[in-house]
Amino acid sequence: MPIQYYIALAACLFCIGIIGVLTRRNAIIIFMCIELMLNATNLLLVAFSKMYHGPAFAADATSTAGIDGQLFVFFIMVVAAAEVSVGLAIIVMMYRNVHSVDINFLNRLKN
Amino acid sequence: MNNLVYLIPFFPLLGFLINGLFRKSLNKPLIGIIGSGSILASFVVSLLLFFQVKSNGALPVQPLFSFIDVESFKIAFAFQVDQLSSLFLLIITGIGFLIHLYSTSYMHDEPAEHFGRYFAYLNLFVFSMLLLVLGANYVIMFIGWEGVGLCSYLLIGFWFKNNNYNYAAKKAFVMNRIGDLGFLLAVFWILAKLGTVEYYEVFAQTAKLSNADIFGITILLFIGATGKSAQIPLYTWLPDAMAGPTPVSALIHAATMVTAGIYMIARSNILYTMAPVTQVIIAVIGLATAVFAATIALKQNDIKKVLAYSTVSQLGYMFLGLGVGAYTGAVFHVMTHAFFKALLFLGAGSVIHAMGGEQDIRKMGGLAKKMPQTNWTFLVACFAIAGVPPLSGFFSKDEILAAAFEKNSLLYYIGVAGALMTAFYMFRLYAMTFLGQFRGTHEQEHHLHESPAAMTIPLIVLAILAAVGGLIGIPEAILPNAHKLEAFLEPVFEQSTRYVHEAHTVSHSTELMLMGVVTVIIIGVIVAAWRKFSKYQYSDAEETGLGKVLENKWYVDEIYDAVIVNPLLKLAGFLKNVVEKSGIDGIVNGVGRFVGYSARQLRLLQSGQVGNYILFMVLSLVVLFLVFWNETIISEFLKKIF
Repeated sequence: MPIQYYIALAACLFCIGIIGVLTRRNAIIIFMCIELMLNATNLLLVAFSKMYHGPAFAADATSTAGIDGQLFVFFIMVVAAAEVSVGLAIIVMMYRNVHSVDINFLNRLKN
Repeated sequence: MNNLVYLIPFFPLLGFLINGLFRKSLNKPLIGIIGSGSILASFVVSLLLFFQVKSNGALPVQPLFSFIDVESFKIAFAFQVDQLSSLFLLIITGIGFLIHLYSTSYMHDEPAEHFGRYFAYLNLFVFSMLLLVLGANYVIMFIGWEGVGLCSYLLIGFWFKNNNYNYAAKKAFVMNRIGDLGFLLAVFWILAKLGTVEYYEVFAQTAKLSNADIFGITILLFIGATGKSAQIPLYTWLPDAMAGPTPVSALIHAATMVTAGIYMIARSNILYTMAPVTQVIIAVIGLATAVFAATIALKQNDIKKVLAYSTVSQLGYMFLGLGVGAYTGAVFHVMTHAFFKALLFLGAGSVIHAMGGEQDIRKMGGLAKKMPQTNWTFLVACFAIAGVPPLSGFFSKDEILAAAFEKNSLLYYIGVAGALMTAFYMFRLYAMTFLGQFRGTHEQEHHLHESPAAMTIPLIVLAILAAVGGLIGIPEAILPNAHKLEAFLEPVFEQSTRYVHEAHTVSHSTELMLMGVVTVIIIGVIVAAWRKFSKYQYSDAEETGLGKVLENKWYVDEIYDAVIVNPLLKLAGFLKNVVEKSGIDGIVNGVGRFVGYSARQLRLLQSGQVGNYILFMVLSLVVLFLVFWNETIISEFLKKIF
């Protein structure tokens, strides 16, 4: 499949994520949208990695060209997992305190 | 032996530091001893140096340390003791000591702290004055010049709780500052042309200066002198300076500081000799001041004001002497004037002391019986200043007038007219104070007493000096080769005498004849004044006509106020109320207001809504993306991919 398709898909996912973050007020949905953006980038990284690695591997079986993109994906997944655990914990605490997950309640730092 | 030079200013400086720093913990007798003792020590050293100079000639210049040292431009902090400065040293420390001694008694009613402050200022003054005459270059002289101005300011405003005294002090300071600017510019001029300010080097290189340079330098130095030595047009501060304690008037405003201008011109005599135009200006201004101030003194009723105008007048004679090239005569008159004018002021102080602060001579009279010592010393001083032979004032004034006669007989006649007025107002003052009936209150009459010994001893010493001081300068017409002062000062003015090399044109018989005629007229004036004012009765009648003008000092203060002071105050008011308030304040406050306003508006951006922040973040990223959009990089990237 040509790379353009991957790029277009990733761009769409990313934009959906951004729009979701900007428009929704439910903290969990915002959280999901952030995940969506992260995964859009992951998808792109994998796609570009494959694009570079494929021809290089065909020429030389020992080539490692482009595989660092896939490494980054793993990093991002690990970091995202950690972030999810912290973020969900914050949302749980928030719910306990204000009985809501509406982020507009989170303006207590103002003033 | 040469090392002693440093000691002369060191003692007063030490006295100043001790009295100034510990004035709260020292008691009055100790303050008095430190204050007077330091000057006495300087006087002893000055005396030693004087005899050394007298026998061996000028001492070599003594550099103390390098004062300014920038590349090739060097000014040493150096002292120079030659005939001229050693004479001034004696006047300053000798009369200074007598006045310090007198002050210990005169200022005795002051609380210890102010007593200490007084002596600290007085010692600082003597220190500055010694720097002024000891300095071996114009810069050191300028330091002393400013120092004496400062001390004059501090001492005029010594009783600082009286606002009028503070105004008088400020007036003196500002007037002096105008003159000081002239002095400073002259020093810069010398420095620019010759690259040095050391006296020896400057006077040796006068040939390098063009006539215009010499004229400019001498005129600017003279402007400095008019400020310090109270000449027209800057003299008005001196009569007001009488606000200070009377011994201060005696020391600073009669005997020493006001003669600084004469010292400076006598020191730079070669420059003045080479600038005949400046000499004429000096002679004319000096003579005008002498006569003008004398007319004012005729009608003053404040005992110190009469003496103040008399000082201005006598300083005018000294400048007349400088202007006609009689440098020795001017210095001679400085010396004799220091004796008799210090004596007059101290006598006036003694009278004021006895009268419980009263200074109006219309309310005195008949003090001769109550204060015998003050009376006869004052009388001696009056005869001396009036120029009755053989008292000191006769010889010095005669020398100046004789020199004026040689230059231009008109100068002489006007000068003699001034001298007659001097005799008249001095004996008016004497007769109204010491003769006739007492016109004060009964309380004052009861309180009248002769001053204590600490005050009368200086009076007696000064009276002796005022009587015989003139004998060191007997003119050749009377006794050949008896002018010891001229012989002594000859090396200082040698360069000028060589430059002029002009023989005396007036014969001795003419000189003697003029002397005799003037003396007879002066004695006649004295008798007239004596008879008229010893029968003086107090009256409230206002003066009319010329008398009123004279009593109001020719309205010079009023004219200065109208022409200079008030326009300046108006300008300052305009700058303060309009330019400052709406201009500068407007700009400064406007900047502040703008920052405050914009901060209040920007604050609204920080809403606390997470959604807003994210929106801004995304928008900023889009903006960044658009800003850094680079066609070629993107297209190359796309080409690579596709």
